[in-house]
Amino acid sequence: MKATRIDPDHFLQVIANENKDSARGQLKIFFGACAGVGKTYAMLQAARQRLHEGVAVLVGEVQTHDREATRRLLEGLPGLPRRTVQYRGLTLHEFDLDGALAARPSLVLIDELAHANAPGSRHAKRWQDVEELLAAGVDVYTTLNVQHLESLNDIVGGILGIRVRETVPDQCFDHAADVVLVDLPPDDLLARLDAGKVYLPEAAEQARRNFFRKGNLIALRELALRRVADRVNIDVRSYRDRKSVHTVWATKERLMICVKAELSHEKLIREGVRLAQHLQADWIVVHVDRPRGARTQGMREALLRLTKLAESLGAEFANLPGEDVAQTLLEYVRTRNANKLVLGRDRRQLRWPWSRSLADRIADANPDLGLILLSAARPAPRARVPLAARSPAGTGTGLRPHLRSLLLATLACAFTTFIASLLLLFFDSSNVVMLFMFTAVLLALRLGRAAGAWGAVLSVASFDFFFVEPRFSFAVSDTQYLFTFVLVLAVALVTGELAARLRFKARMATEGERRATAVALVARELSGAIETEQIAAVCTGTIARLFAARIALVVPDLEEHLTCADQAEFVDTSVAQWVYDHAQPAGSGTQVLPATEALYLPLKAPMRMRGVLVMCMEEGSLSPDPDERRFLDACCSLIGLALERTHFVEIAQDTLVRMEGERLRNALLAAVSHDLRTPLTAIRGLAETLEPNDLPAEEQASVSRAIRLQTESLHQLVTNLLDLARMQSEGVRLNLEWHALDEIIGSALRRLSSVLAGHVVRTRLAADLPLVELDAVSFERVLVNVLDNAAKYTPAGSTVQIHARASADTMHVFVEDDGPGLPSIDAERLFEAFTRGTKESSITGVGLGLALCRTIVEAHAGTIDVERCVPHGTRFEIRLPLGTPPHIDQETLS
Amino acid sequence: MSKLRVLIVEDEADIRRFIRLSLEREGMTVFEATTAAQARIESASRQPHLVIVDLGLPDEDGKDFIRDMRNWSSAPVLVLSARDREEEKVEALNVGADDYLTKPFGVPELIARVRAQLRRANVVSVGRTSSVVKFGTIHVDLATYEVIRAGVPVHMTPTEFRLLTALIRGYGKVITHRQLLLEVWGPGYVDRPHYLRVYMTNLRQKLEDDPAQPKHLITELQVGYRLAGIST
Repeated sequence: MKATRIDPDHFLQVIANENKDSARGQLKIFFGACAGVGKTYAMLQAARQRLHEGVAVLVGEVQTHDREATRRLLEGLPGLPRRTVQYRGLTLHEFDLDGALAARPSLVLIDELAHANAPGSRHAKRWQDVEELLAAGVDVYTTLNVQHLESLNDIVGGILGIRVRETVPDQCFDHAADVVLVDLPPDDLLARLDAGKVYLPEAAEQARRNFFRKGNLIALRELALRRVADRVNIDVRSYRDRKSVHTVWATKERLMICVKAELSHEKLIREGVRLAQHLQADWIVVHVDRPRGARTQGMREALLRLTKLAESLGAEFANLPGEDVAQTLLEYVRTRNANKLVLGRDRRQLRWPWSRSLADRIADANPDLGLILLSAARPAPRARVPLAARSPAGTGTGLRPHLRSLLLATLACAFTTFIASLLLLFFDSSNVVMLFMFTAVLLALRLGRAAGAWGAVLSVASFDFFFVEPRFSFAVSDTQYLFTFVLVLAVALVTGELAARLRFKARMATEGERRATAVALVARELSGAIETEQIAAVCTGTIARLFAARIALVVPDLEEHLTCADQAEFVDTSVAQWVYDHAQPAGSGTQVLPATEALYLPLKAPMRMRGVLVMCMEEGSLSPDPDERRFLDACCSLIGLALERTHFVEIAQDTLVRMEGERLRNALLAAVSHDLRTPLTAIRGLAETLEPNDLPAEEQASVSRAIRLQTESLHQLVTNLLDLARMQSEGVRLNLEWHALDEIIGSALRRLSSVLAGHVVRTRLAADLPLVELDAVSFERVLVNVLDNAAKYTPAGSTVQIHARASADTMHVFVEDDGPGLPSIDAERLFEAFTRGTKESSITGVGLGLALCRTIVEAHAGTIDVERCVPHGTRFEIRLPLGTPPHIDQETLS
Repeated sequence: MSKLRVLIVEDEADIRRFIRLSLEREGMTVFEATTAAQARIESASRQPHLVIVDLGLPDEDGKDFIRDMRNWSSAPVLVLSARDREEEKVEALNVGADDYLTKPFGVPELIARVRAQLRRANVVSVGRTSSVVKFGTIHVDLATYEVIRAGVPVHMTPTEFRLLTALIRGYGKVITHRQLLLEVWGPGYVDRPHYLRVYMTNLRQKLEDDPAQPKHLITELQVGYRLAGIST
């Protein structure tokens, strides 16, 4: 058995779909060939059954058409009041989507899936409303006629002779959870019509004659049956996919449908899509963009419609630039691995007998490629495009410039004739002819094809008239001049054509270059932005200028609420929120809320949605030119990426800060383990020497004292550690009260009385020091650490002085000693955690004390500094801000 | 004179041991209790002259025991508390404790405080015969409102004198801010400790040799004040 490769991507897609589906509501379509088969009736019956089972049913919109039986079924089903819309003086009633979303029923009944909503509604079509309901998890029952399906639209149009405007894309139909075919044989339907059960009796005859012809009904019924059968096929296939693991996969077929920019090729797309569905193949639609000739307005519009059609049918539309159609198509076929090409049979083009059709050329180049030729519809007779509307190469549009160039051509010829008459005195006529040729060529170059042709004719005519025997007549005596005439004309026309093509190419190239520079400019400016505000500035500045529009950037804040970067009046936050949630564009020119003033575009980044771009054109609406759209999409991608980048820059900064914290913690752990074990080792050792009890008395006493001192220093270390750790994790919490500084100094000195026993301590505090707002316990800690530092690093007998004075708004506290002074390292670094003046000295203490002091003092909005004294010694200065102490009622002395 | 009886309420055995050894060396009889329940029994039966209570008892909050004991005994109470638990100390003092020791504390400090409390109890119980109180070079006459320092009279405002009196009355105890404010200024000033601090600064400047390193008017940061060094 041939080993087959299972396509893992396919299975991922299946799983993704299943996951998506479980949250989505289920759509059940009651499908029929035409009106009157009983779809609404069947829907209501099914709904009543569900109501009986206890499901919360809500009637969104049901058309009874005054049919008695249908109306009776409606009784007892709760209904949602409809929304009224005022449009051009009329009051229209529409289905209330927001009301349904708010009510959150389990099941909503909505008739007529293909209905177009009144202007001003959120979506243009009712099937979009249904999509939104399904996405919100609400089940929906709806009805649909076969003529409303997009892919069958043209076939039905052919059968009935009328085109139906309201269509539903096939995706909607194919992805519905269930389709119920409500079938009625044509004879029975006609009988019902006669019996008046379908329409009101008065209108029956008219309706019957126009629509209910038996032939029509049979054709429609067959279409409906076949379409549902196709759907079942897809269902069966996907069921097989899900259930079986090792099925044989045939290599998927891929169809490439090639279209020209003509409206008639819409039919080609639809046919191609039907064919693809039949063959169970993928399909792409391509168009080769040839630079030859100007693209008329009609061609641009046709291209746009084809694009929209392809997208609504679920195909991808690729616009390929290239000169040679066959070459471009073949290359693309190779890139995309298509195995069949669908071409329109071009039958109306006049061709040189020796030139081969596109199909032949492709077949010759690649004999293996399957070619399918479908006939496009007969093109609608092209409305005569007035001469003025066609923009001639080089000149502007309009009638007047055209006349102007012709006039200029005439003048030029007259001038040439005059010069020629002068030259004829010196040259032979055969040389003078070149002058006319030169004129014709110049005219073609400068003024366009029409002027060039006219100039050529005029030149030849005047040459003939004025300079060929017999003069001043149009009779040609020598046939060789005929040859010259023809040649001159040909040269002028060819030159004109070449010049026009060159000019067009140049213009296209400049356009392309302009766009490319614009994109590069936007990309460069966005790459320099590291904050959201900068990105918003780029949007409102550069990008807005490029599109001649006003642009606003809407980004979500930390709680996923959208806020506009700068308050712009044309931004409607609710629409922006909708766009953000659904990741679909909305606003003018789109299918959703088309009546809104501005266009809202979602900004998608690889990780997630990053915001919404709101664009309000200065005048008119955004040009539907696909190139402009693509440029806009490129800008949106760039903005989305830039936003994502700024987001990650912020995260990176946070991470750096946290990493620094981690580093400190690790350093702490490392240092602690050493500095804790040292005193512990000493204590243990000393205690063990006491155990045998055989030491002499003074020795015992000194060992005991040593143990006590070690525990005191250990206590100091642990206190500092705990304080620092607590402050790092919780932040510094201060219990601020108004204190007298001398109390705190006194308390600190008392605490260190034993440590400072060997030193001389002097205090000098001004008598009228104001109260300071402090956390007493923390500030005592600071003084204790500084004094401890002074005691540890100065020899016994040194003097330690504390003095304090107050200036206008600062309290200065000085702790001075006259010991050896600061070590050689930078004074500032002393305050860094774990820095000690002399590394690894015998003096214990990790180096935390001063770091803690700085943390506490800075939390009080103060500063602590250290400097050397002359001739030797160290001075610590603590500065604290003085506030206004609370008022004290003074009293007089007794 | 019978030996002074001290009750230790502490659940940590080693702490109990060293306190007991230190106090017994000073010639006191020491009884031990490990829980508040046991403490109630011991205090009722032994009638100690001083009780040392650890605030972190396993079965009950030490403060409740103190509050209950205060209902029937005026014996001085010394509480043991951890660092950074100022509110705890203040509460204990407010319900009736007299002094506190912050862990880790040393033996000399313990002995000093115990002696101070016992002396106070003696002074109070014996009753003051004269209205003159002396500490260091300061003489205070409670009846005539005179304060003399090293022979020189000191001028004091009525409030300052009231404050001094309050401190004297509570001699040996740590008096909390709240208690002082209540006594000297009244209930409306209970949450204005800055008044107290300013007036205490004034007192220290008037009465102490080195206001920054006072010998008598001791500040217990964030808890209260204490008057030390009274000579009878």
